[in-house]
This record gives sequence, C-alpha cells and structure tokens, in this order.
Amino acid sequence: MHFKKDFDFVHVSKYFYMISIVLTIVGVICLSVFGLNFGVDFKAGSNVDVSLSKSLTISDINPIIEEIGVAEGTSITPGENRVNIRFNEVLTEDHDKQLKEAILKLDSTASFEVNTVDTQMAKELARNAIYAVLLSCIGIIIYVSIRFEWRFALAAILALVHDAFLVITVFSIFQLEVELIFITAVLTIIGYSINDTIVIFDRIRENLRFAKLKTDEDLVVVVNKSVNQTIKRSLYTALTVFIAAFFLFMFGGESIKMFSLAMVIGLLFGAYSSIFIASPFWLLLKGKQKNTKVGKAS
Amino acid sequence: MKRIISFFVTVIVLSGVMLVSTPGLLDKVRLGLDLKGGFEILYEATPLVEGQAVTQESLNSTAQSLEKRANVLGTSEPEVTTEGSNRIRLKIAGVTDEAEVRKKMKEPANLTFRSAPNGGIEQTDFTQVELLGSDFKENGAEVVYNTLNKPEISIQVNDKNKFAEVTKRLIGKELAIFLDETMLSAPTVQAELTDGKAQITGSYSIDEANNLRDTINLGALPLSLTEKYSQSVGATLGKQSLDKTIIAGLTASVLILIFMIGIYRLPGLLASFALILHTWLLILVFVLADFTLTLPGIAAFILGIGMAVDANIITNERIREEMRNGRSVMSSVKAGNKNSFRTILDSNITTIIVAGVMYAYGSGAVKGFALVLIIEIVLSIATNVYFSHWLITLLVKSGLLKKPKQFGVKESEIRAL
Repeated sequence: MHFKKDFDFVHVSKYFYMISIVLTIVGVICLSVFGLNFGVDFKAGSNVDVSLSKSLTISDINPIIEEIGVAEGTSITPGENRVNIRFNEVLTEDHDKQLKEAILKLDSTASFEVNTVDTQMAKELARNAIYAVLLSCIGIIIYVSIRFEWRFALAAILALVHDAFLVITVFSIFQLEVELIFITAVLTIIGYSINDTIVIFDRIRENLRFAKLKTDEDLVVVVNKSVNQTIKRSLYTALTVFIAAFFLFMFGGESIKMFSLAMVIGLLFGAYSSIFIASPFWLLLKGKQKNTKVGKAS
Repeated sequence: MKRIISFFVTVIVLSGVMLVSTPGLLDKVRLGLDLKGGFEILYEATPLVEGQAVTQESLNSTAQSLEKRANVLGTSEPEVTTEGSNRIRLKIAGVTDEAEVRKKMKEPANLTFRSAPNGGIEQTDFTQVELLGSDFKENGAEVVYNTLNKPEISIQVNDKNKFAEVTKRLIGKELAIFLDETMLSAPTVQAELTDGKAQITGSYSIDEANNLRDTINLGALPLSLTEKYSQSVGATLGKQSLDKTIIAGLTASVLILIFMIGIYRLPGLLASFALILHTWLLILVFVLADFTLTLPGIAAFILGIGMAVDANIITNERIREEMRNGRSVMSSVKAGNKNSFRTILDSNITTIIVAGVMYAYGSGAVKGFALVLIIEIVLSIATNVYFSHWLITLLVKSGLLKKPKQFGVKESEIRAL
C-alpha cells in the first residue's frame, strides 16, 4: 500500500471534527444520565470472583448470601465456569470465610479472588486517579512546549483528552465496570495517543524547516504532506499495539479484561485523533497566528 | 567478510545465550500474588490509646512484628512494607488457610496492663493503661505451674524500673491484664515487683495456657490495625490467569513478528530479532532487580512489545522513504537511522512522563504496570534503536543487504532524481 497521490487530510478533517463533537456531546449526556459503573475500587465494598469447574446460577448463590446476611444491594453475575459477586458492603473476615465455605460445598474446586476496599480508601484512590491524569497532561504540555511550541502542546492535549474522554464514554454507554486498573488503561492510552501524535508533529516540524510559507495554503500542504508521509507508520503501529491489546482481551486473565478492552478502544481512537484531529487542529491555531501577523503588517 | 562474520557471530551467540538461559530465568521471575495466589492487605494503623500519635518508629516496629508473625506461621515470602505515615502493606503468598492467617496477623497480643483510677474490678473500670504491648519482652511469655500445679503464664517486661514504679504505685490495688479488650486477670498488687516478671493467673487448662502463651509470644503490636484494602487470590485462579495471559502474549508476539517480517522483509527479520532480545532483557532485568511480576505487569509486557516495535517501524518506514526519493541503499539507511532517532526519542519520552506519573500516584498493581512500561521503553531504545540500527548497518556495509527490494521497496516506486 503506497499512496501515489497525497490524500487531503486537512480538507476532510472538518467532517471528523463534526463526528468527534457529536461523540463528545453523546459522552457528556451519557455520563450525566447513566454515570459510570464504578467497581469496588472507587465505590467501596467487596468484589468476589469465583472460578469453578461448573456453572453456578444466581439461584445457587442467592441462598448462600442471604444466609450470611449480606444480600442487600448485592449483584451476582454468573458466567461460564465462573461467577462474580459484588457486595456493596465491605465483607468482614467472617463473612468471607462463610461465603467461601458455602461455595466450596457446591464445588470443591472453586478458586477465589476477593477484593475489598474500604470507603475512605476508595475516595483516596479516586482522588489519586484524577491527580494522575491531570499531572500527566501537565507533564506532556511542558515537554511538548519545550520541544515544539505551545500550539503543538495544545493540539496534542486536545487529541489525548478527546481519546480518554471517548473511552470513558464507551464505558458509560455500556455500563462496563470501572476499576482502578481502568485508570491505568486511560493513562496508557494517553501515553500511546501522545506518542502517535508526536510522530506526526515531528514530521511537521521537520517539513516546516524546508517549507516556504507564504499563504495559508502552504501550511495546509505541509500538514497534508507530513500526515501522508507518516500515515503508514501510524497504521502499522496502531495495528501491532492493537494485536497485543486484542489478544490480551480475548485470552488474557479475567481481571485485566476490562483493562484490555479499554486499551483496544483507546488505541483506535488514539490512531484516529492523531491523524484527523491533532494535526488539523494545530493548523487551525497556526493559521490564526499567521493571520494576525499579516493583519499587523498591513 | 569481516562484517558478515561479526553479524552472524553476534546473532548466533545472542540466540544461544537466550535459548539456554530463558527457561532458568523464567523460573526465577518472582510472580505477584495475583498470579500464584495469596493475599495482600493494606492496614491503617491507629494508636492503642486514644490521643496518642502514630510515630514512624511505632509503625516500623508494628511492621516488623507483622513480618515475624508471618514467619512464625510458616507462610512463604511474607512481604511487609510501610506506606506513608500510618499504613502497612502486607503480602503473603501461597496460604492454604487464609482466614486463619489473617486473624492471627492482626488480632493477637495487644497486651496491656491497666489500672482502675476510680476503683472497681469490672472490666470497664480499668481505663488507665499502665503498660503497653511494646513494653513486654518478645518471646518472654512461658507457661509455669504454681504450687497447686495449675498452669499460669509468666510474662516479662522490658523495663524493670518502669514495672517497679507501676507496681509500687498500685500496691493494694488491682492491676488488670488485658489481651486486646479482654480482661485476662485482675490480680491485686501485693508488693513492688522488681524482677520485671508478672504472672497471669486464671483457671486455664494446659492447652489454653499454651495457646495464650503463643498468642502473647507472637509479638505485641504497638499499634492497632484496621483493614483498608484487601485482595486475595486463590492459587488455582492465579495459575489460570498466568497461563491464559502467557498464551495471549505468545500469540500476539508471534503475529507481530510475522507482520514485521511480512512488511519489511530482511530488515523486519532483524527487527524481530531485536524485539526478542528486548523481551529477554526485560525478563533479565526483572530477575536481577528482583521485581515482582503481576498480571498488569504482564499486560504491560505484551502491550510494550506492540509499542516497542514502533521504533523499528518508524526507522524502516523512513529508510524506505529515503529510497523512494532515489537515495542509495547505504545513504538511505544512514539518513533513516538518523532522522528517525529524534522522533523515537520524543515519542518515548512523552510515554515515560505518563508512566512516571502512574508510578508516583499508583498503588500496588498500577505501580507494577508503570514500572514495566518505563523499563520497557528504556530497553527498547537500547535494542530497537541502537542494536537494530547497528545490525542493519552491518548488513548493508557487508553487501548482504543492497537492493531496495530487500527492504520491500519496488523499483517502480523509486523516484528518479
């Protein structure tokens, strides 16, 4: 695959802006209406994952939980040879023991994973997660501003916030569980998305050195040329990382399923935004700068 | 000729080293609790007596006591670390009776001597703590028999003078012995005790007495602990996750290698070799630095392979581009290596920034993920940039790699200058 003729990315970007704006509005609506389905890490309580040699149903598990006396607000999600029980209350050691004993009676090969998070801890984890995301963004802005210029930094941040937000939106729409590891996924997506954007920006910067910029049209040519020169690398790298994330999602351990899914979605948005959002947005900012210069000169 | 030889020697020697050492290395990788079963608890420490502060010292000694206890209970590789000003993280792998261990870790031996300032002999009357758990000698409790051949528990204090002062002050009054909030006995102090020993009397059977002695001997915790966060993974479930994730990783890796060779031909093969070396080095670092590999860590490993390949893709795309512009193979490779380096550095540093933040703010598993990511990026620059460049240059200079076709560039694509 080799593009004989340069594809006009700048020209089509306005359609993609529209798509992204619509998706963002959908995201804002979804988040305010449905919110996110927080797991124990952020909501406190206990999460019990049981791996079994047979499939248990809700009616198998319910009597056990009622007997222990922690049934209120508990949700049971049975799966093939496994069952997930989510308690709104923090499971005490005694409850934990009783629950395990009761399930072991039904299936002696059962293996458990229990996560318990105390309310105060949950708040702290959530706060740290927000700090981490903000701090990453600040770090990136500083680095990109030093190495490039603030317009690149702004465009890069816009693209990565866009990616992170859309992944959160997808999790809100489908009410997928958001655990601590999800934040790791969001941060990794940010890291990947910026990586992807930087490669294109590097090329724009390089091409700018040799370009004679007289009109806005010249800038458009530089951006289009740069994206075209790096498009194959963008696609190939997105593909290799996608392969890794996809197989982790399909076959990887249960507790990183949601993480891998977030990665898969984030990668796709990351590749998309680097090409269609970040560079054209930089052009928009740069174009404004040129116009004001021209305006002052005349 | 010399270059061809050094190329093949490098490749063969490295392959040999990797092939021979990998099984041993893999055995030595320390696996996290989520992969081999066990539990992890984050405790918050509060002072035994209200109003007192948790000092770094008391936190450390509490952590040490916990570790001793874990060792006494015969668990494998207990890991106890303090976090911040009032937290202790405990990790214990391969436990069969988790509930029992958890109970033993936290519960026993907050031994205190208390007096009743307002008189009285009821449990609730004893509000004044005279001696704390940390005042008692470790392993100082033993079962002795009194004149009636009834078992009693003899305990020792660290500071005889302090004990003497307390007993002198309380002559004729009760000095109650509490294990946590349970009153064991409330003997009346008959005389000033200067030998630093005290007896716990009660109608204990021999078993009960032995049990009590063991509980006290497990070490008194200077602070009381509450669980803030806990994760426990069954051994079977851990093994399952490990196996599944490794299969996922191998499948993904093989596909990525095939992809690289398919697209970039011989340079792709070199890239694949660098990628394998990269993975092997990563395992080596884990073993040498004795890091613990967790499930998110493996995820980072696998994702990292997908990302590390980026350096090779950037370089190879650049080399091809230079060729299409009509440059010779030699100068294309030179220019490609040079021009791609800055891009790779810029893009990797931004990822390191994010990973660094993750490491600083994350806890447990997130930290593990971030650490793998950072090491991976650093190693990637060594292998997928420097080593890859070196291999390619060696082959080009030796004349083995001299046609654009070998790079996957068609003659028709090359623009005439």
